Amino acid sequence: MIEYLTENELALTLLKIVIIFGGVMGGVAYLSWLERKLIARVQMRPGPTRVGPFGLLQPIADGLKFLFKEDVIPTGANRFLYIAAPILSLVPALLSFSVIPFGPVLQVTDLSIGLLFILAITSLGVYGVVLGGWASNSKYPLMGAMRSTAQMISYELSLTLSIVGVLMVSNTLSLADLITSQQGTWLGFIPRWNIFLQPVAFLIYVISAIAETNRLPFDLAESEQELVAGWHTEYSSMKFAMFMLAEYANMVTVSALATIMFLGGWSGPVFGPPALQLVLPVVWFTLKITVFIFAYVLLRSTVPRFRYDQLMKFGWKVLLPLALANILVTSFIVAIS
Amino acid sequence: MIPVGWYLILGAILFLIGVLGFFLKRNIIALLLSVEIMLNAVNLTFVAFSTQHGQISGQIFVFFVLVVAAAEAAVGLALVIAMFRNRETLNVDRSNLLKW
Amino acid sequence: MIQILFFFFAALAVGAAINVLVQKHVLYSALSLILMLTSVSVLFILLRADFLAAIQVIVYAGAIMVLFVFVIMLLNLPRDEDGADRLRWLKFIGIPLGLFFVSLVIATLWNVEPAAATGATLVGSPQAIGQSLFTDFVLPFEATSLLILIALMGAVVFAKKDL
Repeated sequence: MIEYLTENELALTLLKIVIIFGGVMGGVAYLSWLERKLIARVQMRPGPTRVGPFGLLQPIADGLKFLFKEDVIPTGANRFLYIAAPILSLVPALLSFSVIPFGPVLQVTDLSIGLLFILAITSLGVYGVVLGGWASNSKYPLMGAMRSTAQMISYELSLTLSIVGVLMVSNTLSLADLITSQQGTWLGFIPRWNIFLQPVAFLIYVISAIAETNRLPFDLAESEQELVAGWHTEYSSMKFAMFMLAEYANMVTVSALATIMFLGGWSGPVFGPPALQLVLPVVWFTLKITVFIFAYVLLRSTVPRFRYDQLMKFGWKVLLPLALANILVTSFIVAIS
Repeated sequence: MIPVGWYLILGAILFLIGVLGFFLKRNIIALLLSVEIMLNAVNLTFVAFSTQHGQISGQIFVFFVLVVAAAEAAVGLALVIAMFRNRETLNVDRSNLLKW
Repeated sequence: MIQILFFFFAALAVGAAINVLVQKHVLYSALSLILMLTSVSVLFILLRADFLAAIQVIVYAGAIMVLFVFVIMLLNLPRDEDGADRLRWLKFIGIPLGLFFVSLVIATLWNVEPAAATGATLVGSPQAIGQSLFTDFVLPFEATSLLILIALMGAVVFAKKDL
């Protein structure tokens, strides 16, 4: 059985797809549990505790609730676009996982332009937001969608430019090669991670990633105090669940990209019997992603949100020149060394 | 392998559709979209030839065509907004004040 | 396998392009154009131009078309008016003439010989494009950056409420 699986390319790829997709969907579902627990603890209350031990079955209960809820389509809403918008949001969010290396072999496909592929796919994720907001035929979603779209395309620029800095240092667009170029250590104990070579790019990337995924402090598009729920106000049951899944999947994608580009991906000390050696890189990768997820959730529970003009000013007048300056300095240093 | 001729034929068909759209549609934004279709057909032809001859300059040209298309779309849409603000319609047949 | 992919995405591109013309509401035309752009991007991949395929999706389908969709939504356009035009009959002449033209082109291109099959198979990798772009084509590259600056200024000025 194992020989058949490892020799037949198609079967091996299908197995990897099943493992990665299953893991990602489970992780994204339990990300909602993690977020609720963490925010609750920051606010000194227990969080979900009733459904299963420590509230661990809460995402399943939420999923069942979403399935059984009434599916409302508002009158005057554009039916085709209303139903298509959650799909247009979810598919790019999940498609990015096809190139992310969870381990030395656990990667569905290693494109030579993997990083560009992820950028292309995330830039297609804007359409779910803008079409969902417009198709709902209601003023709060429309305003939320417009704000969110403008924000996402503005911060996409500084995101891409901060990645260029990493590219100049590691000379490759393929994600697996990015990780192998960060193996090894300096002076025996400092890992050869890109975060030490490109700290400014790391900061710009993290801030732009938070803005791209519409999370606090950049979540003006779905702020509960102003626009009822932003672009997904009029959505209910499974379509809303798809929007939520897409948002969490986007969070995991940008966190995974941050660890691959700046924290060395799945590289980490590998020891023990061969079965453990297969699993350990995945464990290191998940731990590093969890660091970013924790940062996301803690930011959400503590920081107030930006006003819209502050947000746009910050994106265009601060982050973009900073990213360009980073590229300038990095290319100068790379050219003279 | 796919012969290069098939890509060229596809480019020609797409170009034709773009030209037909440009002549038959009255909405200005639809005209801009037809221009984008034409530019894409040209891009496809460039890349097909670049692969056939094994030179990279075809793809560099596509790069520049892309940049020009982006600049043209941005300015064109700004003009569309200005036009809409002045006469409340996007029908090109209504914008004929300069006719004799 | 490549043939199946080629025919599928070619048919998708042509179908989406025809849909751009056929739709009455311009938002649906823009969405069909996005579909056409991604199909052409897949055709680029089939032609081993990976970098261009990714750039096509990032720039064209991910930025230019977002601009189009934004403007269409902001202007809040109704369906196209079916005004009685003096050029109504244009499509009955134009479409047959266009089909005749394209059949001429197809007849010419059907037997294209692959000219001077060069041994090197070209892969449009970012390294190859960057190498050529920054050595042979540096002047057009800098000129396009100037062009984008001008377009930026032009767009800002034209869309202002009071010039």
